[in-house]
Amino acid sequence: MTGLAVLIPVALGLGLFGLVAFFWALKRGQFEDLDGAAARILIDDEDEVP
Amino acid sequence: MSTAVRQSAEAAQVATVLVVPGMHCAGCMAKVERALAALDGVSGARVNLTARQVRVDHDPALGIPALVEALQGVGFASQPRGEELAPPPSAVKPLLPPLAVAGFACMNVMLLSVSIWSGADGATKELFHWLSAAIGVPAIAYAGMPFFRSAWGALKQRTTNMDVPISIGVTLATALSLYETMNQGEDAWFDGTLMLLLFLLAGRVLDAMMRDRARAGVDALLRQAAPGAMVVAKDGGLEWLASADLVPGMVMRLAAGERLAADGEVVSGASRFDQSLLTGESAPVHAAPGDPVLAGTLNLENPVDVRVTAAGAGTTLAEIARLMEASGQVRSAYVRIADRASRLYAPAVHSLAALTFAGWMLAGAGLHQSLVYAIAVLIITCPCALGLAVPVAQVVACSALMKRGVMVKDGAALERIADVDRALLDKTGTLTLGRPLPDPATIASLPDDAAAVALALASHSRHPLSRALVETLVARGVKAAALSQVEEEAGHGVSGLWQGRKVQLRRPEMANGIATTLDIAGQPAWLLPFADRLRPNANDALAQLHKLGIEVSILSGDNAAAVADVARETGLTGQGNASPRAKQEAIARLQGAGHKVLMAGDGLNDGPALSAANASIAPGSASDVGRQAADLVFLGDSLEAIPMAVRAARRTMRVVKQNFVMAIGYNLLAVPLAMAGYVTPLIAALAMSTSSLLVIGNSLRLAGAAK
Repeated sequence: MTGLAVLIPVALGLGLFGLVAFFWALKRGQFEDLDGAAARILIDDEDEVP
Repeated sequence: MSTAVRQSAEAAQVATVLVVPGMHCAGCMAKVERALAALDGVSGARVNLTARQVRVDHDPALGIPALVEALQGVGFASQPRGEELAPPPSAVKPLLPPLAVAGFACMNVMLLSVSIWSGADGATKELFHWLSAAIGVPAIAYAGMPFFRSAWGALKQRTTNMDVPISIGVTLATALSLYETMNQGEDAWFDGTLMLLLFLLAGRVLDAMMRDRARAGVDALLRQAAPGAMVVAKDGGLEWLASADLVPGMVMRLAAGERLAADGEVVSGASRFDQSLLTGESAPVHAAPGDPVLAGTLNLENPVDVRVTAAGAGTTLAEIARLMEASGQVRSAYVRIADRASRLYAPAVHSLAALTFAGWMLAGAGLHQSLVYAIAVLIITCPCALGLAVPVAQVVACSALMKRGVMVKDGAALERIADVDRALLDKTGTLTLGRPLPDPATIASLPDDAAAVALALASHSRHPLSRALVETLVARGVKAAALSQVEEEAGHGVSGLWQGRKVQLRRPEMANGIATTLDIAGQPAWLLPFADRLRPNANDALAQLHKLGIEVSILSGDNAAAVADVARETGLTGQGNASPRAKQEAIARLQGAGHKVLMAGDGLNDGPALSAANASIAPGSASDVGRQAADLVFLGDSLEAIPMAVRAARRTMRVVKQNFVMAIGYNLLAVPLAMAGYVTPLIAALAMSTSSLLVIGNSLRLAGAAK
């Protein structure tokens, strides 16, 4: 039973953390351009862009 | 991160959004961003590939033309985004937070439920039920909002839709589970309810994603054509104005190859105008000073000055827009297959639940027990797989079509186009390419050096005929000859020196129809006739449509002789001289006779017909109105897109129906169990996920649907 008392809050906390992270990403516009994000990884020398 | 820093450091920056429809890969993105970032005064450029746009942060001193020119330099046409054409709000975004919440809650509650199913008992079970309730009730209240809202809207209108049984099922199941939890009951159904919401929301998100994606594609095309005109100011200067800012009395300077942005009257210069988009008439119309010209027509030959006589709502265009508003009842009256299914389904489910309740009451099971069984029936019959049956199939089919260059505006369009049994095709621009191309036989008979000279001369001109000639010759692998002293004389032609001989590409002294003459000193002159040609594979495409059981005929605004020519070439029957209203009436007649009509057209004059037909398709080269009114837009030249779309739509409908059979079949198995009171939350969860997986797997077979 003591194991449960630790594990359940941990499980919920991790899940909640994921949910909050998702909302954060959504608000920051990370889902605005999914096609672009998929393609951007292929631009090999992006660092050259000032 | 760096953008934020940059913006705060240089507060005086302005942001401009340019639409770049030609971008489609990582290479394009890099080119566009680099070309813009290399400009002085540009502090940042970020491409949005989904919307085909680039956002540029730059110094206000750096004008938009400089940005457009920089993109032109790397080979991308672009256009500043008009304010009135700001992108419509995304349909996906409001659904993502409920989906995320449902997913989070579903996973955690399921974790707790698994422990209960594997034997947790007594105080542990009670604790887990309470935990499930603590997570489940707020999550259900939040994630269920899209359904509750839509169901409430439907009920207020005294109709019903798929969301009504969903809302009732979800609410009752939650209330029952809460009651059971408080009374240390046997089963709680939070897991099943959340899983149901999760699957249904996933279906909705897919449906919305498809609409967003197609709309982004079509919007990019529309914005590209955002019209405007170069206006001559009183002091003789030139200024570019958007068409919304044009007022009668202004004088527009129109170069060859440009489209008119407003109705007007020629003030100086004379040229020929291609009115095919507006009236379907294929022969160019001559206009001299004093002659009226219409918005949307293309200037073929010489630069002219045109005084605006009507702009905006006063133009011929506006009349067509009014006709279009009046049509479209057929489409708004169309009921989507999912809603049709739920109209049959909802009453059946609710009477089954009522029957179960009544049956157990009569059998003396007591109020509480009877209610539990009745709600178990509601949960097990809740249309989980049914909610996925339509959108998943349509999304897979649409992305397959999109890969082949056909954009579908929404799923309902796919359902409607599957039903058509009659097709009407516009001639100019739909059956034909809608632009003059050089006669292939003449081009093939040109000697190599003459072709090389023709290409070299034509490449120095922006005249539509020259550009068509360049396109054709380059496609044949011709290399341009080296010329010197090249000069273009507007309205007359291009001349130059080739190996010391005078060469000239000029307008012919006389010719039937459109043509150009190639002169090489010391050789007889070549007459190169131009004509609008049938689209490649047009006859193949028509044969395929015939095989699909669709009867095709031509419905054109062009004169009867031109229609007869094309009718002979394609073996179709045709009607010519049809005004926009006549086209609309022709469709209404066919619909009255019980036909489902597909309209394919591109012109403004086809707009009313496109929106009146049961389904419609337009080529990507179509007018704004045509593209906006059509359900499907196909890119590329081949007409085979039309039979391909019909075939894909029919396959999609077959898969959708199979999905329905699978989803309902599982209910047929599970309902007797539920009515008999044998269903536990474990069985409900298993049945729900397997039927959903089956439906998704079946839909994925459509990935190769566009063939």
